[in-house]
Amino acid sequence: MKYIGKKVITLIMTLFLVSVAAFIAFQVIPGDVVTSILGTEATPEREAQLREELGLDRPAPERYLNWVSGVLSGDLGVSYRYSKSMNEMMPVAELIADKLPVTLYLAAYSLILIIVISIPLGVFWARCKNPAPNVLLNILSQGAMAVPSFFLGILITYLFGIVFHCFTPGGYVSYRDDLSGFFGYLLFPAISIAIPKIAMTARFLRNSMLLELSSDYVRTARSKGCTNRRVMYRHVLRNAFMPVITFLGMIIAETIAGSIVIEQVFGLPGVGRLLISSISTRDFPVVEILVLYITAVVIVVYCLVDILYRMIDPRISDK
Amino acid sequence: MKKRLISLLLMAVLTMTALSGCGTDSTSESSGDKSSKEEQSSNEPTYGGSVVVGIQQDIDSLDPHKATAAGTKEILFNIFEGLLKADENGNLMKAVAENYTISEDGLVYTFTLRDGVMFHNGNKVTAEDVKYSLERVSGILDGTPLISTLSTIKSVDILDEKTVQVTVENANPELIYSFTAAVIPAGSGEDAQAQPIGTGPFSFVSYTPQEGILVKKNESYWQEGLPYLDEVNFKIVNGSDAALLALKGGSIDIYPYLTDSQAEELKDSFQVIYAPSNVVQALFLNNAKEPLNDVKVRQAICYALDKDSVNDFVSGGNGTMIGSAMLPTLKDFYVDVEDTYGTSANLDKAKELLADAGYADGFDLEITVPSNYAFHVETTEVVAQQLEEAGIHVTINSVEWGTWLDDCYNGRNYEATICGITSDMTPGYLLNRFESESSKNFINFNSAEYDATYEAAGNCLTLEEKAEYYKKLQEILYDDAGSAFIQVPPLTIAMNNELAGYKFYPVYVQDMSTVYFVTQQ
Repeated sequence: MKYIGKKVITLIMTLFLVSVAAFIAFQVIPGDVVTSILGTEATPEREAQLREELGLDRPAPERYLNWVSGVLSGDLGVSYRYSKSMNEMMPVAELIADKLPVTLYLAAYSLILIIVISIPLGVFWARCKNPAPNVLLNILSQGAMAVPSFFLGILITYLFGIVFHCFTPGGYVSYRDDLSGFFGYLLFPAISIAIPKIAMTARFLRNSMLLELSSDYVRTARSKGCTNRRVMYRHVLRNAFMPVITFLGMIIAETIAGSIVIEQVFGLPGVGRLLISSISTRDFPVVEILVLYITAVVIVVYCLVDILYRMIDPRISDK
Repeated sequence: MKKRLISLLLMAVLTMTALSGCGTDSTSESSGDKSSKEEQSSNEPTYGGSVVVGIQQDIDSLDPHKATAAGTKEILFNIFEGLLKADENGNLMKAVAENYTISEDGLVYTFTLRDGVMFHNGNKVTAEDVKYSLERVSGILDGTPLISTLSTIKSVDILDEKTVQVTVENANPELIYSFTAAVIPAGSGEDAQAQPIGTGPFSFVSYTPQEGILVKKNESYWQEGLPYLDEVNFKIVNGSDAALLALKGGSIDIYPYLTDSQAEELKDSFQVIYAPSNVVQALFLNNAKEPLNDVKVRQAICYALDKDSVNDFVSGGNGTMIGSAMLPTLKDFYVDVEDTYGTSANLDKAKELLADAGYADGFDLEITVPSNYAFHVETTEVVAQQLEEAGIHVTINSVEWGTWLDDCYNGRNYEATICGITSDMTPGYLLNRFESESSKNFINFNSAEYDATYEAAGNCLTLEEKAEYYKKLQEILYDDAGSAFIQVPPLTIAMNNELAGYKFYPVYVQDMSTVYFVTQQ
């Protein structure tokens, strides 16, 4: 309990610091939102009017405080750039709520692929005495890990989209219109995210298992008459799993926070792509909330991993 | 052994699911993919069908008066109309107005409204709506003019239910081009919940940030027989590579901003159409910075430029070479300036002028370029090499668009920059910015002769008179080498083979009202 309390305080402190940092970054980077909205057609009157509309005529600290008090009272502000109707800008909460499902579904999709494939693969690999599949897996995993995800995305788009016509590149269907079409389109982005991660996780698990297999307790277990299977799953896998969980935690945090690159490549309108475009258009309210979201995801997931650790391995909580 | 089998089985099942995913996908996708296979059986326009148009960037506003990005205006052109609107020849045609007269002194405009023009909400367009729209854009309503040229409007009076009279402060024959400003229902500009409602060939259905904007046919459009299509989806495509994939995969039917190499790649399976754009691309020189404040140095740069090879490299030979700030498509106002500098490089002359100016050993020049415009970036690379040969040592500074606006355009803190200025229909649009006091004069061009000519042009009461002065302005700008104007880049469009009827405009619009399917869907 005390542990969780401590984590919550850390979370709040970090969020605060990150929000200040993002705010300051936005003051420092060149490019003003008003000129970037009005472009080359700006007149001084329009500029002044817009500046006032967006509240940018106030001094920076005041703007920050206004923003914080808004967020604390549940008002996440409105986007500078995205319109909701003719005269109303899109509230940030609504904007993100609209994009978040894309990212979350994609994260869930790819995580399932990662876990379902990499764990059996890792175990199989660790137990594999035969040199042929061993070498093959080695080469495959090295290759899969070495390919940058944007390249893999392009490769998959080309191969399955253009050559085999398995899906229509850029043919994203919104989850609001057609859920099955949506999942159909997400399959290949999910695979692109999953492939390198599967290779890493499987390799990680295999190494970890091989390390455990050479431990003393394995010999002891064997000598007391445990079956090979029992040694593997009851003893080795459990211990070997500890570092893998940390690793999976990192992957989870990464995918939920938005697969920025893959979303770009496949044209998925998720939070990752929203973040990129909002930074380039200087849409501060959106960027600030997204940065907080990503920070919170990372911290919460790590915290959950910590807790899970204690559940699997009682030794940790003693310390 | 059994374990191994199970895990292998598991993998096999997963592969199966992945492949079965392929199966279902390919059927749902086939509807968009017949483009390359079917032959055009007839050229008869057919009604109906829906088209996906790829667009490059998100729209900046749903309010036609507040939208500034060219990429937004080109879409809103389908939804909104003004009293007048642009036609494909760069002339004005009557839209909401059936007729208009301008008083002798050029101060009073009288518009007669067309009968039977309806807003998308089913209401008739009334004189009230027109008055409201004009008062809104001119700033009479709240003091902030939304379209600066219209701020000259003094009053808008309703003479009768079909006639609106506009009184302006200064006579300006070019003002008529500004009456293309959208007519919207009275009061809708202040109504927080208002959806975009206009009188255009298509009505607004929905807008989703980052995804696009959907419009449907306006059944009661005043132009008989238009539009053909039932639905147009303007879909945001993320980058030109993604656009190419989307075109090939069949998820977009029309994409208007191809690069030259993409056009090459697509020309077998798509109709690829070229037309001059309405952008003036130039190596803009900051006339206030040393050594560019010396006219000889600027002229040397003009001589050193090899526009022909720029055209070949970046526009595939489809660009239109220009020497000054005017679109050749605005025929009545364009003058083919005397070709002193030539379209190919004249290095001897360039070096001679540089030596005259005291820079026999050349000098360092930084060219800033907005990195989001691949076209300008490519041009910069070619130009840098050309200037290098004349002894000018170029460094390229690639910056974000926002930074470019701040530092170069508004701050005027740069040496040279390659970019494009998008013109609108108003002929003087490109020329007014080089008047020395203009707030848009980002190259700090300063010529007493230019200013005097510009002022004289301002006093003209007819466009014909104005045209003469405008031609003079182009010549002055060219002779003084205010900047090194390069070309009007081509607009390269890929269109699904089943479609026809796409019209090019000398302004930046995507008019979908005339596009139709040639074969039955």
